[in-house]
Amino acid sequence: MHEYSTQELMIIAAARQINDGERIFVGMRLPITAYGVARLTHAPNAVGLFESGVARYEPAEDMLYTMCDGPNQLGAAWTTGLIQIMGLLSGGRVHAGFIGGAEIDRFANINTSYIGDFENPTTKLPGSGGAPDIAAMAERLIVIINHQKHRLVEKVDFITSPGYLTGGDARKKAGLPGGGPSVVITDRAILRPHGPENELHLASVHPGHTVEEVIENTSWELKSTPDLGETPAPTKDELDALHRIDKEGFWRS
Amino acid sequence: MPDGASIVLGAALENAIPFAATHELIRQGKCDLNVVAPISDISTDMMIGTGCVAEVTGAWVGNVSGGMGHNFRRATEHGEPHPIKVHDYSNFTIGMAFFAGAYGLPYVPVKSILGSDIIKSNPQIKLAENPFVDEPDPVALVPALKPDVAFLVVQRADRAGNSHIWGSTGLTQEASIASEKIIVLADEIVEPEVIASDPSRVLIPGFGVNAVCHIPAASHPSPLIGRWKRDNAFFHHYHQETREPDGFKRWVGEWVRDLPDHDAYRTKLGGELEELRVEGEAFSAPANYATD
Repeated sequence: MHEYSTQELMIIAAARQINDGERIFVGMRLPITAYGVARLTHAPNAVGLFESGVARYEPAEDMLYTMCDGPNQLGAAWTTGLIQIMGLLSGGRVHAGFIGGAEIDRFANINTSYIGDFENPTTKLPGSGGAPDIAAMAERLIVIINHQKHRLVEKVDFITSPGYLTGGDARKKAGLPGGGPSVVITDRAILRPHGPENELHLASVHPGHTVEEVIENTSWELKSTPDLGETPAPTKDELDALHRIDKEGFWRS
Repeated sequence: MPDGASIVLGAALENAIPFAATHELIRQGKCDLNVVAPISDISTDMMIGTGCVAEVTGAWVGNVSGGMGHNFRRATEHGEPHPIKVHDYSNFTIGMAFFAGAYGLPYVPVKSILGSDIIKSNPQIKLAENPFVDEPDPVALVPALKPDVAFLVVQRADRAGNSHIWGSTGLTQEASIASEKIIVLADEIVEPEVIASDPSRVLIPGFGVNAVCHIPAASHPSPLIGRWKRDNAFFHHYHQETREPDGFKRWVGEWVRDLPDHDAYRTKLGGELEELRVEGEAFSAPANYATD
């Protein structure tokens, strides 16, 4: 057994969602590290896209605070405009994208806009950025969120980024071209849409966590997929790749 | 620039934000502004905190590396210092709204906002059916945005406003062309031959520019590629200091109102600014434009 933190497990679980040769909307923080791990292990030909107008092969060498920082531009495959990069999405040329959120519901709709009524909110969150565009247009959506009861809710107050809307074929009827959320990675488990309703089901529980604990921290009545198991622990190769990227050990604790 | 104007304070997202212009608008006490930008980091939050903003048109308002924008929250949750109207967009839809504004289209049909409640919170965006197919095919119609003034930061410009930009540009080109007036904040003023030597690097030609100002480090604390690194500590400090309205008042006094201009701001930053200057060299290969 190798030692690893929960965050490291999440990064490696996220890296496994990236297939070789795919074009991925990366975003910042955890997903950008996951992208780097995927490039160093099973997906050496993946391409990373940043909505500010950057496409990269290799992840940036230095720490990034925003996707517009110098290290993300040096040695890029393409520095251009937002419309050019997000146009790849709109044109159906992006395989998957990562997004996070404050709230997600049983049909994987995501809220980053308003808690409460949007006309008179109790909390105003920063907003959408490019997340709705990614959620609508990417072939697959990979969601990263902390697993707490107030975050995994029955119904979000505001759908910033659409998942399966009211379930079933609602997403398709709304005219959304992208395939929708394929996986939700939390700090306790992995959830996936399952069945004709596309409701999020528990697909695997991270080592050291229990099904009961996951259910307790989810607001809707969480069902399991037929093949429910344990999230596979990181391999030595995956952890080695992560440690090569995370030189300072930012994700280790 | 009149009160009540709609203004673009940078549209590159998180780099090249014209903070020098943000500060000057605050000093001049312009009011009832509509701040139009996809993101523009804490520039929008500080404008809101001074009470000079009536409306925000954009996709994201906060402190990119710090988290929530405290002034934005106070205004939207408690109406402090006064209520503001927020016009929600996603990054791509505001981009296409600028695109429509820039190129004379009344609206652009987009797919990427379908299913989002932004269509409810922003009644400017309307649902329609694609008239070119027989089966149901919903689209969202995003009307043109035409701001009054766009401020942008460039690495170098000549006196006529012909400007070179390199690095990612977000929506800078579309937002600028869509705007009635363009004001360029140049890190360096160069001879016209320098700009003319590489016309492919021109994002905005001088004939579209209304004014060019020579303001080194105009984008501080945001980065300018090849010139200035991002001042992460400054963003963090702003986040800490502006948690309460009194803290914001102190901050905006110290860093904006009590300083006469951006020269004084640079002097106040002193050695801290010098440490952010890009000293390294990673030049591109020259491009040959010869004709024979």
